[in-house]
Amino acid sequence: MPAILAFFAVIIAWEALTRIFGVQSFILPKPSEIMTSFFETSSTIWGVGLNTLIEAASGFLLGTTLAVATSLAAARWVGFREGMLPMAIALNATPIAALAPIFNNWFGLTNPFSKIGVVAVVIYFPVMINTTRGLLEVDPAELELMRSVAAPPSIVMRRVQIPNALPYFFASMKVATALSLIAAIIAEYFGGPQDVLGQYIVNRAQLFQFPDAWAAILVASLIGMAFYALILVAERMFMPWHVSLRSIE
Amino acid sequence: MTTRGMSRAARSGLSILTVVVVLVALWEGYKVLWTALEWSWPVRPDNRTLPHTWDILGALFQPAQRNGPPLLWVEAKAASLTLREALVGFLIGGAVGFWLGVLFVRSATAERAFMPYVVASQTVPIIAIAPMVVVWGGRLALPQWLTISIIAAYLTFFPVVINTVRGLRSPETTSMELMRSYASTPRETLWKVQVPAALPYIFTALKVSAAASVIGAIVGELPAGFRGGLGRDLLQFSQQFTAAPQKLFAAVLIAGIAGMLFVGLVTVAEHRWVAASARQKTDWQTTQVVG
Amino acid sequence: MTALVVEARGVGKTFGSGPEQTQALHGIDMQIAPGDFISLIGPSGCGKSTLLRLIGDLASPSVGELTVNGKTPGQARLDRNYGIVFQSATLLDWRTVEKNVELPLEIMGFESEARAVKAQEMLSLVQLDRFAGHYPWQLSGGMQQRVAIARALAFNPSLLLMDEPFGALDEMTRELMQQEVLRLWQETGTTVVFVTHSIPEAVFLSTRVLVMSPRPGTISDEIPIDLAVRRDEDTREDSRYFALITEVREALRRGERGTKT
Repeated sequence: MPAILAFFAVIIAWEALTRIFGVQSFILPKPSEIMTSFFETSSTIWGVGLNTLIEAASGFLLGTTLAVATSLAAARWVGFREGMLPMAIALNATPIAALAPIFNNWFGLTNPFSKIGVVAVVIYFPVMINTTRGLLEVDPAELELMRSVAAPPSIVMRRVQIPNALPYFFASMKVATALSLIAAIIAEYFGGPQDVLGQYIVNRAQLFQFPDAWAAILVASLIGMAFYALILVAERMFMPWHVSLRSIE
Repeated sequence: MTTRGMSRAARSGLSILTVVVVLVALWEGYKVLWTALEWSWPVRPDNRTLPHTWDILGALFQPAQRNGPPLLWVEAKAASLTLREALVGFLIGGAVGFWLGVLFVRSATAERAFMPYVVASQTVPIIAIAPMVVVWGGRLALPQWLTISIIAAYLTFFPVVINTVRGLRSPETTSMELMRSYASTPRETLWKVQVPAALPYIFTALKVSAAASVIGAIVGELPAGFRGGLGRDLLQFSQQFTAAPQKLFAAVLIAGIAGMLFVGLVTVAEHRWVAASARQKTDWQTTQVVG
Repeated sequence: MTALVVEARGVGKTFGSGPEQTQALHGIDMQIAPGDFISLIGPSGCGKSTLLRLIGDLASPSVGELTVNGKTPGQARLDRNYGIVFQSATLLDWRTVEKNVELPLEIMGFESEARAVKAQEMLSLVQLDRFAGHYPWQLSGGMQQRVAIARALAFNPSLLLMDEPFGALDEMTRELMQQEVLRLWQETGTTVVFVTHSIPEAVFLSTRVLVMSPRPGTISDEIPIDLAVRRDEDTREDSRYFALITEVREALRRGERGTKT
C-alpha cells in the first residue's frame, strides 16, 4: 500500500513541479508528455523493444543452457570444477560487456548474434556459479543416505542434487532477466542496427526528444518486469513445494 | 601436485598463471584445430578475426598512433581514468546503498514504501538512462567525468542496499534481545551488533558493485564520446578492426584487467575487515545479487 | 520483610489477535525473594521461556501485574537490573572473549580501563582469564556459555535470567556447568530465575521449583527443594535428591493431565 501511495505522490509532485517551474522538456519532461509520447509512438517503441527483447531472450537461453551444462559437468567431475571455477569467478569480475565491439567485428555489426553473444557471456557466469553452488551444497546427511543405499552418481544427481539446486538456479534466473536486458542494451550502444531500444534511446536523447526517450525507457522496464514475471511463473511451476526464499527478492 | 604449504600469495599467483596458460592454450588450440578442419563457425580462425595471442601482446608495445607512445601506455592511462570514474561512482553508490539499507531496517514504513522501487530498478535497464544522464550533466555544466561517475553509482547502489538489509538483519534474535536487555539505544545496537554482522554481506555486494561500476563507467563514456577513457578507445579500435584487429583485443584485455584489479582491491579490503570464517559464509552469494 | 525481586499477580500473555490468537500464559502468580534460585520447568509450550521474557521486558504481559524490584519490568530493564543468558551463547564473533564481556559495560558508559579490569575479574570468576584474547569460535560450547555468564554478571545485576543455558551441551559438561552456576550464585548472591527442561537440573540447582503446565501456560505446582545449601557430586547420589526428582516428575504429570494439587 505505501508503495502505491508513494508512486502516485511522486508522479503528482513531478507533474506539478515541472509545470510550476516551467521546466523545459529537455531537462525533465512532464509525466503527461511522456505518456502522450508513449501512446503516440507506441508502434515504434514496442517494435524496437521487441527487437531488443529478442536479443536478450536468445542470449538468455543460450547462456543459461551453456551455464547449466557446465554446472552439471562441474558437479560431476572434481578436476574440471577445481580448474574451471576459480577462472569463472575471476572472469566474472571483468567488464564482460567490453566484448561487445569484438563480437560486432566477428559476427558483423548488423548481425543480431553479435548482441546475443554478449548477453550469453554476461549471464553465463552468474548462472553457472550459482547453479554449481546449488548442485554442490547438499546436506551431507542426504549424501550419506544415498551412499548407504549404494545409489549411482546419476541417481544422486537426479534425486538429490538437482532438486537442491533449483532454488539457487531460479534465484540466478531472476537476476539474469534484468542482466540480459541490460547487456543487450549495452551491446547496442557499441553500434549496430538502429531499430533497437539502445540506439533508439541514444538517438532521441541526442536530439533532445526526452519524452520519447523516457517513453522508450518505460517500455524497457515493462518488458523487464514481464520477463521477470515469466520466471516467477516458471519457478512456481517447477518448485511448488518451495516456500519463497525468506530473503528480499 | 598439491598447493599445500604455499603461501596464499604464491597460490594466487599460481592460479592466475594457470588461468592465463589455459586461456592461451584454448585460443591457439582453437585456431589450429579449426584451421585444420576448415571450420569457420562460430568464429573464423584466420589471423584477422582471431589474431595470435603473441600478436595481441605485441600490439601493446607498439605505438597506438603514428609516432605515439606504446598502446599499453595509452590504454593504461585510459583505464586509470575510467577506473577513477568507476571509483567515485562506487563510493557514492556504496554510501547511498548503505544508508538506504540502514533506513529500511530502521523504518518498516520506509521499506514498504520504497523497497519495491529499489527492486524494480533492477528490472529497469538503468543503463538505458545513461545517454540522458550525460545530456543532463552537460546542461547542468557538470564535468563529464562526474556525470559518468553518477551512472556508475546508479549501477552500484542496488546490490549494496539489498545486502546491507540482509546483513543488518542477520544477527540472531537473541543478540538483539541481549542488546535490549542492556537498554541499548538503536544507534548503539546498529553499530555494535548489526553493522559488524553485516560487513561480510556488504563486501560481497561491493565486489559485485566494483565490477558493475567499471561497466557503468565504460558505457557512460560512450554516448558522449568521452576523450581519454576506455569506452571511446574501444569504439575507435572497433572501427579500425579491419586494419589492425589486435589493437581492439589488446584494449579489451586491458579493460578486463582493470576490472579484475578493482575487484581485487575490494577483495583485499575485505580480507582485512572481515574475518575468514565470516567470509566463507557469504562468499558464494557474490553472484546472487547481480552478475 | 525484604522487598520481592519479582512479583507477579494474575499475569497472562496472549499472542496474536482475533480467531488465531494463542494464550501462552494465564493466571501467573509468583513471588521471588532476593537470593532465591527459582527453576521454571515444564513441557514444550508451557510458556516458561515466555514468562522469563516478560520478566526481562523482552515482551509485555497482556493482563496482570508484574513488578521487578518494585518497578515495572521496563524500568528495571532501563535501570539494568538483570543479566540474561540464552541457550545459545550469543557471543559476537568479531570480538575477543574479553571484548565480549565488556559489551554491556561499553553500553553503560564505563571507561575503558574500568571495563578491562571488570572483564578480567569476571573471566577469573568463571576461570577463563587465560582465554581473554581468544575468539569465540576457538572455545568449546561450555566455555562459550561461561563467557556468556561472565558477561551477564559483568555489571553486578541483582537478578540473573537464564533460558535453558545448558540445553545445547552434553551431559558431563552440563553437570560441570551446573556446579559453576551454583558457585557463582553463592559467591555473588544474585537472584536467579532458571528455565529448564531437565528435572535433575532443576532439583540440583534450585531453592524452589515452579512446575508449569501447558495450554494455557500456568504454574501448576511449587516444590521447595530442601537439600543442603552446599551441593556437589555427592548430592547427586543422595536419596532426598531422588525423592525430590520423583516429586517434580509427578507434579509435571499431574500438570499435563490437568489436575492441580
